[in-house]
Amino acid sequence: MTLTGLRARRKLRERAIGGLLFAAGATSILTTAGIVVVLLVESAGFFRHVSVVEFLTGTTWTPLFRPQHFGVLPLVAGSFLVALIASVVALPLGLGAAIYLNEYAPNRARSILKPTLEILAGVPSVVYGYFALTFMTPVLQHLVPGLSMFNALSAGIVVGIMILPLVASLSEDAMRAVPRALSEGSYALGATRWETALRVVTPAALSGIVASFILAISRAVGETMAVVLAAGMTPRLTLDPRESIETMTAYIVQVSLGDTQFGSIEYQSIFAVGLSLFAVTLVMNIFGRWFLKRFRQVYA
Amino acid sequence: MRRFGWPLLAALTLPVALFACGGGGEGAEEGALSGSIELDGSSTVYPISEALAEEFQAAHPDTRVTVGVSGTGGGFKRFCAGEIDIADASRPIKDEESADCAANGITFTEIRIAWDGLSVITNPENDFVDCLTVDELKKIWEPGSTVNNWSQVRAGFPDKKLTLFGPGTDSGTFDYFTEEIAGETGASRADYTASEDDNVLVQGIEGEPEALGYFGFAYFEQNADRLRLLGVDGGQGCVEPSVATIESGEYAPLSRPLFLYVRNDALAELQVAAFLEFALTDGAELVRQVGYIALKPEQYEAERAKIPAAPAETTTAP
Amino acid sequence: MRVLGQPDPRLRRRRRIGRLFHGLCFAATAVGVVFLLVLLLDIMIDGVAWLTPTFFTEFPSRIPARAGIKSALYGTVWLMGLVALVTFPLGVAAAIWLEEYAGKNWIQTVIQTNIANLAGVPSIVYGILGLAVFVRWMGAATGGRSVISGALTLSLLVLPTLIIAAQEAIRAVPGSIREASYGLGATKWQTVRHHVLPNALPGILTGTILALSRAIGETAPLIMIGALTFIAFVPDGPRDAFTALSIQIYNWASRPQDDFRHLAAAAILVLLLLLLSMNGLAIWLRNKYRKDW
Repeated sequence: MTLTGLRARRKLRERAIGGLLFAAGATSILTTAGIVVVLLVESAGFFRHVSVVEFLTGTTWTPLFRPQHFGVLPLVAGSFLVALIASVVALPLGLGAAIYLNEYAPNRARSILKPTLEILAGVPSVVYGYFALTFMTPVLQHLVPGLSMFNALSAGIVVGIMILPLVASLSEDAMRAVPRALSEGSYALGATRWETALRVVTPAALSGIVASFILAISRAVGETMAVVLAAGMTPRLTLDPRESIETMTAYIVQVSLGDTQFGSIEYQSIFAVGLSLFAVTLVMNIFGRWFLKRFRQVYA
Repeated sequence: MRRFGWPLLAALTLPVALFACGGGGEGAEEGALSGSIELDGSSTVYPISEALAEEFQAAHPDTRVTVGVSGTGGGFKRFCAGEIDIADASRPIKDEESADCAANGITFTEIRIAWDGLSVITNPENDFVDCLTVDELKKIWEPGSTVNNWSQVRAGFPDKKLTLFGPGTDSGTFDYFTEEIAGETGASRADYTASEDDNVLVQGIEGEPEALGYFGFAYFEQNADRLRLLGVDGGQGCVEPSVATIESGEYAPLSRPLFLYVRNDALAELQVAAFLEFALTDGAELVRQVGYIALKPEQYEAERAKIPAAPAETTTAP
Repeated sequence: MRVLGQPDPRLRRRRRIGRLFHGLCFAATAVGVVFLLVLLLDIMIDGVAWLTPTFFTEFPSRIPARAGIKSALYGTVWLMGLVALVTFPLGVAAAIWLEEYAGKNWIQTVIQTNIANLAGVPSIVYGILGLAVFVRWMGAATGGRSVISGALTLSLLVLPTLIIAAQEAIRAVPGSIREASYGLGATKWQTVRHHVLPNALPGILTGTILALSRAIGETAPLIMIGALTFIAFVPDGPRDAFTALSIQIYNWASRPQDDFRHLAAAAILVLLLLLLSMNGLAIWLRNKYRKDW
């Protein structure tokens, strides 16, 4: 056993292991490729029957009825409406929570509040859906006249609470990264705590805060179970939160609840809607992370 | 590494242990029924199939019965593709579906299992309406209908928003209702809350004061305390669906039979034949339990005679 | 109008606004906490009475009093086991490659960005992928709508999260340890295997457990794999049909009868308990084996 022979064998083994590990890393590429290929190929089948223009601009979505209409706008409007309501809940509250945790909270309060927010983020969305259906909707029906049994409001509020921790933690990270020199300088000039928080720290952390908003909204758009249980399955082009609507995600579930025949246009519509959903969330995620990177560049 | 290996190992061996414990024992006894039976189809028939599956499995623990809810149409598609053994249907098989089966070499037997009175349901708060005529129903549900207020249904009804709930197009209930009311299968407006899941419809109507919907009688029976049943006037006066009126056919035109369609080649399997036998004997009681109307005993006998080469008494004593 | 000894009225006003602001921010944080408490309380009130021993040993039934989560619980455990089996080696290997082997080249950036993107893809898109690939395309191998299809889909879903967590754990191991190992003549793999990995393992395990806890709470992908049928048996093998806790909850929650609501709440309590213990385990691991370099 010469030393060179041993070294050569070692090198081979190292190479082999490196190759295996690279393969593991590359499976993520496979996954993305899989998603893109599956969505595109099946959607291509769909778009052979339905024009892209009708799909993107049509205002009626009735693939399960005759005559079939394939305008995706009602579904997009549904997702958008729920995300809007969720944002109205999560963005101000999340930002407020971030400011509180960053500026005001005593250490003991922090040690309780931060884990609580993490727990909030860890509750499965089907649980939120159950809560929206059995608690929020009955309560809201007393408060809001004309609220349908299935409505966008309950679902939207619940999704908002679901994404609140995301906004809070990302914004808080952003605010914490702002150099103390800035806030110290502000105090030195006689500003109060809130003036510093609002006029110095928040603007300095703005990119990070905007990033948290965008990522949170993206999550709201991708949310499924809460809207399936509480928001309804009526595609409707409306901005009235009291009405029953259908989101892109809920439609995909609705069609899959029964086993739609492989190859039928209803089956392919899952992929067309899925493609739209994937595109929307991907763009938002890329944007959000770009903001995050920009922020880190300024202060890192 | 040694410290963490054990918890991880334990987590991974758990399923293996369960597999060993929970899985073994198939066909342990001599002559015990085993094997799987797959049902899928109508959500109207689902409560019956679910009950049958549950009781049959309790009597024959080595069998596996799964029941899906794809809608009558969806069930037939899977049936004619050979994917399932029994299709639940709330309407008879269509010609094109028959042709589809034939094209795939699938022959089947049609078995009637129960009667249903397709019920028109509204929210208990709507006490101003007792009955609707077929014409009024048609006015509400026909394609292109713009009726969205109760006052448009009949003169004298209050000015209240009308919210509609009903099954989707894969549903046999949808096919049956549209055929009887609008005159043509599939002819319906599209702007209502459509769901293959009748539970969603019940929830919707229950929670909304101005709601109106239709689904199988059993779903009303199971939720009678939170829904309001309307009578239907088919020209002979107002008739409310009940066991008596459905059985006698007086509740017209919305009384209908419910079916199980069985693949003839699946019948060759002991457990499938036994299941059907069970459905047509002990099943009558279960049909009543879930809220549908059972056939008369002689009618069940007639259905049993339909089964090709029905094996004599293969069911073991429970 | 400044008088010596008395605060400037403008300052007083600013201070008052400050207190108001403080209160608002606290309220914002409190909303989240209150909501969580209300949620937990509501579910406990709805469900705790139904947590009987038979609840765990019975199969789902049309009769609420007889219904239980046996098949759902077994299904969830099966899924957890299979997901752990698939994601742990794959995720750790990928993380090792990204942190230790990959140079700062375009491939590394592409894969890294790709993983970050995948982490943000909605879970239902993974469901679509699983339906098309594992149920349809590979149906013959996986058995179609089976446990393994569900597990593979969930694995793809949580893999990015696991990789990112594992990367952080590996990155936290100080360079000095690696340098020392190289200094003694070890190869890269020897260094990784005997020095980096053992030190990163607590962090990696924590990440794995957190990824798993995310997986078992998922419902949408499993519904798409078609696990929404009446299942009154436990899986015999990976190619068997299955149901899971999250699906059972969805199933029961969609039924209008009150009793099923209670069953759903009880099942939710079981799921939350499972999640709590997993997260507790992860936090315990993290705290116990945290090394302060």
